[in-house]
Amino acid sequence: MRRITALVRKETYQLFRDPSSIAIGIAMPLLLILLFGYALSLDVNNVPVAVVLEDPSPEATELAASFTLSPYFDPTLLTAMPRAQELVLEQKVDAIVRIRPDFAHRLNQGDAEVQILVYGSDANRARIIEAYARGAIAQWASRRAMEGHREPAAGAAVVESRLWFNEADDSHYFLVPGLIVLIMTLIGALLTALVMAREWERGTLEALFVTPVRAGEILMAKMIPYFALGMVGLALCILAAKFLFEVPIRGSISILVAVSMLYLLVALSIGLLISSVTKSQFVSSMATLLITFLPALFLSGFLFDLRSMPAAVRIISYALPARYYVTLLQTVFLAGDIWGVILPNAVVLLGMAAGLLALTRAVATKKLS
Amino acid sequence: MLDPILRILALIRKELLAILRDPRSRVSLFLPPIVQCLIFGYAATYDLTRVPYAVLDQDRSAASRELLAAMNGSHVFQQVASLDHSADIKTMIDEQRVLLVIQIGQDFQRRLLAGLPATVQVIADGRNSNTAGTALGYLSTIVDAFNRAWAADHEAVGPPIRVTMRAWYNANLETRWYMVPALIGTLTMLQTLLLAAMSVAREREQGTFDQLLVTPFRPVEIMVGKALPAIMVGMTQATLILLVAQLWFRIPFAGSYLTLYIGLAFFLLAAVGIGLMLSAIVATMQQAMLYAFLVMMPFSLLSGLTTPISNMPAVFQYLTLLNPLRYAIEIAHRVYLEGAGLDRIAPDLWPMTLIAAVTLPSAAWLFRRGVE
Repeated sequence: MRRITALVRKETYQLFRDPSSIAIGIAMPLLLILLFGYALSLDVNNVPVAVVLEDPSPEATELAASFTLSPYFDPTLLTAMPRAQELVLEQKVDAIVRIRPDFAHRLNQGDAEVQILVYGSDANRARIIEAYARGAIAQWASRRAMEGHREPAAGAAVVESRLWFNEADDSHYFLVPGLIVLIMTLIGALLTALVMAREWERGTLEALFVTPVRAGEILMAKMIPYFALGMVGLALCILAAKFLFEVPIRGSISILVAVSMLYLLVALSIGLLISSVTKSQFVSSMATLLITFLPALFLSGFLFDLRSMPAAVRIISYALPARYYVTLLQTVFLAGDIWGVILPNAVVLLGMAAGLLALTRAVATKKLS
Repeated sequence: MLDPILRILALIRKELLAILRDPRSRVSLFLPPIVQCLIFGYAATYDLTRVPYAVLDQDRSAASRELLAAMNGSHVFQQVASLDHSADIKTMIDEQRVLLVIQIGQDFQRRLLAGLPATVQVIADGRNSNTAGTALGYLSTIVDAFNRAWAADHEAVGPPIRVTMRAWYNANLETRWYMVPALIGTLTMLQTLLLAAMSVAREREQGTFDQLLVTPFRPVEIMVGKALPAIMVGMTQATLILLVAQLWFRIPFAGSYLTLYIGLAFFLLAAVGIGLMLSAIVATMQQAMLYAFLVMMPFSLLSGLTTPISNMPAVFQYLTLLNPLRYAIEIAHRVYLEGAGLDRIAPDLWPMTLIAAVTLPSAAWLFRRGVE
């Protein structure tokens, strides 16, 4: 016990001597959550569109007006297509709504067509714009029907949707918990990724091994101060989520903190393991970059739906601790204490933490002989 | 005149040896771009293909069956459960067994036959509201088609207005076509910037940098000797990713390779410049790595890769002007998908030139400062 305390003290001194670790533990979470919390958004508003009125009839003008009224669009009214196409190429507008010359005529025959041309490079945005445009047109159609221009001859199914946990459809609700996962992944792995490799490169680890301390004790001493630093970062993130971005915490705080501690443990052990295996700071930094940041962004379910990925990619995602933490955070933040989700995911994280620590210990001990 | 060039060549050779001598660092530089591009190319998609949903059909009529058949035939939705009570909805959603629950009221068919609007209640799991919104979008297209078919079958007049949709440059609206070209810049930047950031820091930590400074090399020559190998590594990585995009994902390349590589060269100059400047400031490899991450995270998230720049508040849109990756992604899309020539990517080239023109000389200047 005394040996561990002494080692922890040594690590803590080292930590405080190097301002960059403190920067990672405290400044980085704060900076990142502020930067991304305010900047990232998938909510589309004020889309610049060109509305091309090739038909000057009152019906067509009325339809064009429904785009002006919609909060989702910022329309430019034009009368000819070539100019609209120019605007798309100059990226001044993201879509063209084309109302053809025979619109009013065909509307009276019950078969009018409105064309939407979307700049499709960013498919997700294009789809959202399409949905909003369909909505604006449908609203115009139902207003017309209500004004009695035409009796709806056939009944139609109408979708009435409700978005549970996020009634206002605010993308911050899932982006902010996702960011916490990214930040915790990086803090955890970055802080420890180089510590073992550095001691190998400088030969100080061998010096430690000839003292009576055991490999497990060295690892524990390396974890404790960084764990404390990571918890400070976590606290800052949760405070920012709650008070700055007003993401509701519908589950209990104690569960939120408990699963985050588990995840931090996993992230720190990943760093230590990489560091112990590679024994080189350069390779270790590359490996950490590859294993942590992008996988946590792409394969965790933070942004992209895991269910829609091909089976092979989904299998890889099961090996990724961030996946379980994203599910846990999204549930505890937005849905509440749902044990059917919390228990299995927390158990996997616990298993991963235990496995990684045991593995790191085995690797560190073996390197000694 | 020839002398400095020979000296720089010798430095480049030494630098490449330092990077590539260790088989593990060789592997860590050239295998990951390929593997990452393959995995993320499949993973990074907002398109949905397997949306599990449950049905609470209180009507059990021909009409409701027809609607559900349309959904199951869509290759997007998969019915995983049939519920009997509305009390079951909560558990299905809460425990994430389904993304949507569709509730069809008992008067659905009756209202349709009477020519009235018939409501379909849909409850969506909003924990990821973007996924839920996309699924609802698909659903409304299916319901639209159902209404049309219903009107035709019952010899009634359908909805008077038809909306047709066409997307330019990405006809099937596949997110993959957007993501994979963007990965060319993203994956290369991450490793090249880190490589540059570690290069001077490693020599400082091992003490060989001071030795280098006392040789006849001028700081500018050292800078060029450090920058070019990193750019060469970046170009190789970009080529590997480009090969995966075309040979594996078969995303058609619309532009000219020369234009793309000119864009990439400017981009790598800027990225390596930032990395070298960081490297000149820091004292240890640990610091180099931490600071490199501190700039790479904002660069990759505020680049338009995952969320559109146009959605950001104005202040952040201005901040992205300092981000070389923003320009690289734009160039990759323009050249790769739209076939843009040099004239159209020129507005993206000069900001990167500016970044390189500031960072590279500052790095050279900062090399000396570390000695004291």
